[in-house]
Amino acid sequence: MMITGVTKRISAIKFAMLSPEEIRKMSATKIITADTYDDDGFPIDMGLMDPHLGVIEPGLRCKTCGKKVDECSGHFGHIDLAMPVIHVGYVKEIKKLLQSTCRSCGHLLLTKEQADEYVKQRDRIEELTGNTIESSYISAESAKDASSRTTCPHCSAVQLKITLDKPTTFREEGHKLTPKEVRERLERVPDGDLVVLGIDPGVCRPEWMVLTALPVPPVTVRPSITLDSGDRSEDDVTHKLVDVLRINQRLRENRDAGAPQLIVEDLWELLQYHITTYFDNQTSGIPPARHRSGRPLKTLVQRLKGKEGRFRSNLSGKRVNFSARTVISPDPMLSINEVGVPVTAARELTVPLRVTERNQVFAKEMCARGPSPEGPGYIPGVNYVIRSDGRRIKITDKNAETVAEGVETGYIVERHLVDGDIILFNRQPSLHRMSIMAHEVRVMPHKTFRFNLCVCPPYNADFDGDEMNLHGLQSEEARAEAKVLMRVQEHILSPRFGGPVIGAIHDHITGSFMLTYKGSAFTREETVRMLEKVVDLDLPEPAVKKPVEMWSGKQLFSMILPKDLHMTFKASICQNCESCKREACENDAFVVIRSGILLSGTIDEKALGAFKGRVLDKMARDYGPDKVRAFIDRATKLAVGAITMRGFTTGIDDEDIPSQAKREIDDAMVQAKLKVEEHIGAYRRGELEQMPGRSLEETLEVEIMKVLGKARDTAGQIAGRHLGLENSAVIMAKCGARGSMLNLSQMAGAIGQQAVRGERLSRGYWNRTLPHFEQGALGSEARGFIKNSYKSGLSPTEYFFHSMGGREGLVDTAVRTSRSGYMQRRLINALEDVKVMQDGTVRNTAGTIIQFIYGEDNIDPMRAVQGDSVDVDDVILTVLGDEGELIAKVREKGVVSYGIQDKDMLEPSSTAESDEDADFDAGGGEEG
Amino acid sequence: MLLVSTVPRLWGDFEMVEESNVLEHELVPEHYVMPEKEVGKVLKQYGLTKDQLPKIRLSDPCILTLDAISGPVEEGMIIRIVRRSATSGMAVCYRLVIRG
Ligand SMILES: [Mg+2]
Ligand SMILES: [Zn+2]
Ligand SMILES: [Zn+2]
Ligand SMILES: [Zn+2]
Repeated sequence: MMITGVTKRISAIKFAMLSPEEIRKMSATKIITADTYDDDGFPIDMGLMDPHLGVIEPGLRCKTCGKKVDECSGHFGHIDLAMPVIHVGYVKEIKKLLQSTCRSCGHLLLTKEQADEYVKQRDRIEELTGNTIESSYISAESAKDASSRTTCPHCSAVQLKITLDKPTTFREEGHKLTPKEVRERLERVPDGDLVVLGIDPGVCRPEWMVLTALPVPPVTVRPSITLDSGDRSEDDVTHKLVDVLRINQRLRENRDAGAPQLIVEDLWELLQYHITTYFDNQTSGIPPARHRSGRPLKTLVQRLKGKEGRFRSNLSGKRVNFSARTVISPDPMLSINEVGVPVTAARELTVPLRVTERNQVFAKEMCARGPSPEGPGYIPGVNYVIRSDGRRIKITDKNAETVAEGVETGYIVERHLVDGDIILFNRQPSLHRMSIMAHEVRVMPHKTFRFNLCVCPPYNADFDGDEMNLHGLQSEEARAEAKVLMRVQEHILSPRFGGPVIGAIHDHITGSFMLTYKGSAFTREETVRMLEKVVDLDLPEPAVKKPVEMWSGKQLFSMILPKDLHMTFKASICQNCESCKREACENDAFVVIRSGILLSGTIDEKALGAFKGRVLDKMARDYGPDKVRAFIDRATKLAVGAITMRGFTTGIDDEDIPSQAKREIDDAMVQAKLKVEEHIGAYRRGELEQMPGRSLEETLEVEIMKVLGKARDTAGQIAGRHLGLENSAVIMAKCGARGSMLNLSQMAGAIGQQAVRGERLSRGYWNRTLPHFEQGALGSEARGFIKNSYKSGLSPTEYFFHSMGGREGLVDTAVRTSRSGYMQRRLINALEDVKVMQDGTVRNTAGTIIQFIYGEDNIDPMRAVQGDSVDVDDVILTVLGDEGELIAKVREKGVVSYGIQDKDMLEPSSTAESDEDADFDAGGGEEG
Repeated sequence: MLLVSTVPRLWGDFEMVEESNVLEHELVPEHYVMPEKEVGKVLKQYGLTKDQLPKIRLSDPCILTLDAISGPVEEGMIIRIVRRSATSGMAVCYRLVIRG
């Protein structure tokens, strides 16, 4: 078997039950008294706190093994029950066994042949696949088969119907079976028949499911706590065991004294209740046992189950040291590889520094500074020193000097973070691998984590109060691995679609647009101001010398491009003209880069944007992560410089249009309304021509939606005529920074039809949407058309309809996120151990093949060009230069929708956009 | 040729193909039973034991058809499957026949 790197392998896990003998055998002491401590505060022998059960008090020794507090893990005790009691955890199995075996002879209610056949079937399955789930199906089937029989095939006894009265009472045709009777019946089932039911009689006899002895967990499992007042407070489990012991005692006394049957039975049932709630205090059908204060007790099952249970909270979910969490804020002056860490966090998160001969002096010096050195700027100190013998010494201002003197090789000094340390940075929900990336520390004043805006998309972060986590790495291996594999610059290309996930957003795009659009030029002062932030750039020769020195934006941008970059593509602002005028484009939308010089075109979302940035894409592929990182860092600073230099703002007056235009829009709306009335009239008169494959009503709807869709477009166009590139909102929409022309036309023109499930609104009241309209009204207003714009304001009915449409979007996203979250969890659980091996196969930890060749083509999607292993067009262009363009179609295909950026749920305009475009596309496309 | 009926008659008056060979359907990849000596080669190539291969059930329509056409297919045999692949054009994989 080819399992490499696995030193031990679990070949099987066997689950069995404890027999009463085993319970007594592993017991350190029998527990007989419900009292815990005597008057002097010493534990009572054979009580629940018997010192044989382990130690919880420091200084004492265990009476069983003689070890001290942290060395002895505790020992079980046991309680001998006066009468047998059903174990709640096994009622299902007990019911199955009672129903499928004979009430008089105990045999399984199957003939020998039937039983053998089931055994054979299961053996085959286990031998072939080892699939225990399937073999459990067979056990279930055989039990069902057996319980359907009414007479025993072995002794011909007639079988009575057995029912379960939840949680633990069994009845045989109404007559109650005591646990004792149940146990007797289970004892009668022969070993051979158990095999058929999937029970291994060697380790598990069914009568053990009815308890005669109860194990008492060690005191270490249920430690008592001493309150400030000096009173002792016992664990819930101990409380429950006290109850069990008390009732058990009374039951025994009454039984031995020959008390009336009724009293004994009552006590017996009480004992059953206490033991049931001892296991599970949320058993349905019985009231939960409560504390004196009224709080339900937390017993065994409650310790394990649910979000706060042992599994989800202590085993799957762990808390770690050396981590920090705080609010995030932006800082465009940081590199994408960096993260700004507040001083307070940097002094808390430490890096262990192993002292060697070479760094001994440095370590001593650092240690002597203490835990909070003062000084101009940030000076790192030391929190702890770990001596060679493993002792950890806390450094205080007082002992810093003395401890520092004792520092020698072999010590570990836990020093504060310094600039350049590698740490991990994370934002929940961690849905993809870019949710945790390695950053370099920059210790900074103030209290937030700060990072470059280009890194927002992979974390899906914004700064409206988002918090993020930071983890300090504690070993050289971890740091090395993080630096090589997890650094931000290694994740610029996404494995999801092979394009950039790290790139410009919002103002960064607006900035580069303002820098490079058409003939934008800057004076000497402006240029110097912009360039001073880009550290290693010198002032170039001005593009224009007379009458005044001017530097063109294209020239400045070209300075940060690699000298051998050749690219040709259409920018975001391209209007998709019928015939492209290429370099002569009046929108300056045709980007041409030759030898690293931007000859024409505007740098906007298509060039730099996250998800769409073609320049980023090409550079990441051809020049490697270091170069792109440098490029992004400089581009950020240039763009921020440009937008700061020009100034940029948007306000409600960006949607102002002249009153003439408003009148035109109103006219268009009236026209549309009349046209709709016309259609409705035709429909009512029966003159409407039915469309093929549609009912008359559907035809009408289609016609109306066409008219209304066109009306909104017209309104948008009229408004658009007055919204030029001098308008900030338009700049943002056109260059891809934020918003769309549709959003703008809804703000300035008309909002248009509201839809639920892709149809005009129709539900609400009897045959109408609102009581403001006549029954059966089909007109535009009555069915959710909004002729107003967001700016002009909505009428009451329009407002209501808008809320209806908006609500659908919200419900949609809520449903989608919860469902996709669940799907994601299931997927990750199934795939977590799958990896690509050296030989190109994809396997799990058992070495089982998942794919014979990774992705069937061995291509890493991160390095693929939108799914293809080779970018043929790029190769042709590289080899043939400009001539190649004739052969290679300028790649425009995939670029349109590289990856879909999830938009903010809180922004109604973006949901409106996607909803209307997808579901209600009656009037054809919007903007170019 | 022996054909295995897998499509139930559902369409009443319409004429239905009663018997069909699933392997001839264009969406079903090619299935071949591998000769024993080639099996060893493949296992060696990937450094595998049989149980580490993906599985295919005896009751799989393709296995039933294969069984009818080219002799008995038994558990423990290895099936070579060749299918069209969106990424590489053609992909080969191997599956262990299991009961069920
Ligand atoms: Mg937020
Ligand atoms: Zn002990
Ligand atoms: Zn019988
Ligand atoms: Zn153009």
